[in-house]
Order: sequence, then C-alpha cells, then structure tokens
Amino acid sequence: MIQQFIFYLFSAMAIATAAMVIISKSPVRAALFLVVTFIASAGLWILLQAEFLGLVLILVYVGAVMTLFLFVVMMLDMDGIELRSGFVQYLPFALIVLSVMLAFIILAVWHTSFGLGHANPSKETAAYNNIALLGSVLYTQYAYPFVLAGALLLLAIIAAISLTFRGTRNAKKQRVEWQVSVRAQDRLYKTSMKNEKRL
Amino acid sequence: MDTIMNLLWIALKILAIVLPLTISVAYLTLAERKVIAYMHSRIGPNRVGFLGLLQPFADVLKLLLKEMVIPSQSNRYLFLAAPVLVLAPALAAWAVIPFSKGLVLANINAGLLYIFMMSSLSVYGVLIAGWASNSKYAMLGALRAAAQTVSYEIAMGFAFVGVLLAAGSMNLQTIVLAQSGNILHWYFLPLLPLFFVYWISGVAETNRHPFDMVEGESEIVAGFHVEYAGAGFALFFLAEYANMILISAVASLLFLGGWLSPFEGIPLLENVFAFVPGLVWFVLKMGFFLFLYIWLRATFPRYRYDQVMRLGWKVLIPITLIWIVVVSFAVKFNIGPWFNQAGV
Repeated sequence: MIQQFIFYLFSAMAIATAAMVIISKSPVRAALFLVVTFIASAGLWILLQAEFLGLVLILVYVGAVMTLFLFVVMMLDMDGIELRSGFVQYLPFALIVLSVMLAFIILAVWHTSFGLGHANPSKETAAYNNIALLGSVLYTQYAYPFVLAGALLLLAIIAAISLTFRGTRNAKKQRVEWQVSVRAQDRLYKTSMKNEKRL
Repeated sequence: MDTIMNLLWIALKILAIVLPLTISVAYLTLAERKVIAYMHSRIGPNRVGFLGLLQPFADVLKLLLKEMVIPSQSNRYLFLAAPVLVLAPALAAWAVIPFSKGLVLANINAGLLYIFMMSSLSVYGVLIAGWASNSKYAMLGALRAAAQTVSYEIAMGFAFVGVLLAAGSMNLQTIVLAQSGNILHWYFLPLLPLFFVYWISGVAETNRHPFDMVEGESEIVAGFHVEYAGAGFALFFLAEYANMILISAVASLLFLGGWLSPFEGIPLLENVFAFVPGLVWFVLKMGFFLFLYIWLRATFPRYRYDQVMRLGWKVLIPITLIWIVVVSFAVKFNIGPWFNQAGV
C-alpha cells in the first residue's frame, strides 16, 4: 500500500516537473525543475531496488552535472521570450518528431506488453546487494566495453580541453612553487639606521 | 494500521536523532565562541545563564524574533526555499549514521554513497540562495561556494573509494566492524593520506575556515546569505553546523572506528572500560573532530581563492589517486594487520 503511494507520488512528481521544465519561462526555473525530475526518477529506481543506480543518478546528474548547468544558466542573463521566438516556425517539424516518438512509446508500453504482470519488480531479501552484483558483471562480462567507455570519456575530456585552451598568450602566470618556497629573508631585510644628530 | 504504527515509530526515531542534533548545534556555537575566546585569551560569552550556558537560546530567540527581509526584485519563492534546501540534506544524511552497533535509522547497503549524495545536494540551496536574492555579492559567494564544493567533492569521493576498498562494503556498520581488533586496526593508519584528504575536503565542503571563501567578509561582505535576516539566516547557520557535525561523524566512522572502544584488544584496560557504551566513544570522537574545526578556525588565515582550487585539484586528488592504488594492492595481497582477516 505504502509502496504504491510512494510510487504514484514520485511518478506524478516526475511527470509534473518534466512538464514544468518545458513550460516554465525562466531558464533557471526550468533547470531546477529538471533537478526535481531527476530526484523523482531516482526515487522510482530505488523503489525498484536498484539503489545504486538511483543514488548515482542523483550524485552524478543532480550533484555535478546540473550544478554546473545552473552555473552557466545563472551567469547568462537569458530572456525567456527570446528563447521561444521560433516556436511557430519549428512547430511542424516538432510535431513530426513528436508523433514518431509517441508511436514508439505506444508500441513499447501498450497494454499487451506493459503492466504489473510484465514489470513486477522482484522481491529481494535484505542481503541482496545491488552494488556487488553490478560490479561483478561490469568487471567480468563487460570488462572490455567498460574500459572502452572509460577511454572514450578520457578522449572527450582531452578534446574539450584542447578545443577551449588557447595557450598562455600574455598570461601572467603565478609560479606556485616559487610562492611557496619564498622565505622572509628573500623579501625583508633589516637596516640599522644611525641616530640623527641633535642640531 | 500496521503501516501507520510503523510510520509513527520511524517518525519517533527521526525525532530522537534530530532533537539532540539541534541541541548539539546550539551548544557547538557556544563551544566555538568559548574555545576561540580562550585561544585568544578572552572569556567569551558569560552573561546569559550560568557561565553563559543559555547564550545559544538567547541567540536563537533573537534571530527568530527578527524581521524576515525579502529583497525587492528577488525571486520570492526560491529565496524562501533556499534555507530549507540547505538544511534538508544536512538532516537527511543522518538517517544512515550508525550511532552504535544496530543503533541506526536505516541500515542500507549503500550508506556511504547515500551520505556522499546528500552532501552533494546541499550545494543547491547555496546556489539558489545566491541567485534568488538578486545581489552581486550573494551571487559571487554562491558561485564560489558551488565551485569549491564541486571540486572538493571529488577528492572526498576518492577518499571514500579508498575506505570502501579497504572494508569491502558501502554499509557503514560493516565498515566500522571491519576496523575492530584494536586501535591499530582503525583505518586512520593504513589510509592516513586519505584520512587527511577527507578531513581537509570535509572542512572545505562545509565552507569553514580556512576555506570560508563563501563568506569572505573582507571580500564579498558575507557571501551567499548576505540578504538573509532572522529565521532564514538561522536556518543557514543551523545547516552549516549540522553539516560540521555530520562530517565529524563520518570521519570518526570511516577512520576512527566509529563506536569501537580505543581500549579494545588491550588486555587489562579493555575490561576496565567495557562498561562504557559505544555511543560514548562515538560522541567523544566526534567531539575531537569538532574541536579540530574550531582549532583550525582560530589558527589559520583564509586561503586565497585560486590556491583553494589548486589545493583541491592539483594536490588532494593526485594523493587520493595514488593511495587508492596502494590500498588496492594492500587488499589484494592481504597485507596485515589490516587486510589479512578472513572475510575481508
């Protein structure tokens, strides 16, 4: 009973906030609603006993990605009206994409292939360890794809840095090792001044 | 009926955690002022109540009676929601902290991950507070805070990885029990670099001295909460101190054996101190870390902002990466006395 209540709570929250992401005028608000959407879907995953995925979703997407996203959105003073300027122009194309996606979704979740009978989450005991299971599969069966994905991410990092890094032209760089190794004797010296003679 | 009783029982347990926590926060503020005062050879607050013991309550009363000022042109709802968003994760993280063996609200497998997640959520309140108050100082403070928190989170996460490699579990109870034996089995010894890294990034995460770039009174007035007065400010204050206590609790769980007695495994003393409940040891260890916070504040000047970033990215993260490799080898080859027990 309580599980169902939580499920419907999180589902309603996810749908409502996902709609608000599109509807809301201010970009910052849209980003914040997206955060709530992530949290709600993480709650649904935890309800499916995939606690690792749920927590990692919050950790990575909410804790890191959306934070940086908000950073950018808050810095840019974006105007909501300007953003929706091409609405009518793009509407036909959007409707085509929408109908195709809707068709796929209806195919996937039609009542013959959707419902509690198909997707009833297995009831696991308390000893069931989602993380250990995931790890053992990830590092044995899918070891090569996993390493490959890691290499791809590294490549993306290096590519992003090399695309945006413009070199150190006219940069006044601080040499930290010099700063750290400075001693007081290098900068200060004592002088002994003669007393002035009384006139 | 059963469900309702269950929910009531959980609510009572939550109350049993949150109430002492709030009182600890109140007295932590007093302790901070007193300890710093003695370090400066002053007396500190001593007027309200016996030896100033009622000072925190006077402060709280003062803050609650003050007017809530909502700046014009600010985003009203977000402005009011921000303090709640800071406080909620700081309190929610306590759900998985084991105070003694079996004495925990939710004994979940991914406890460590949960704590990490909650500490990563607290940055939202700060960002929102800075943005919603429509003030350049608040905005700058919020950006600094967010950048700092995100950077130090990585170092902290790697420190956690070292611990969970050593313990072979993310469950906080299992991590503590893996350290049992004697004081030399506590993880602060085999994971000494990670212990330091965790502590430094913990201080940075809570935006405390010497990493209080967020407030930086001399540079950006008071940072992200400059526009808050009264109850909103009180909530930010409460969250900051609750986070400090949380970081101290996690530090003592991961590296100082949580509720385990320091006299464990020592022939005579073990029996002498056997009557002391584990909770007492846990609180004492937390107290040590809290004192460390205050001590740091009284000792060090504030870091320069670029140096904070450099320390996080170029010093702490490489140290953790190297030590994770070392720990992996130690676990793989069962190097004693930490990693040669059966079942670890």
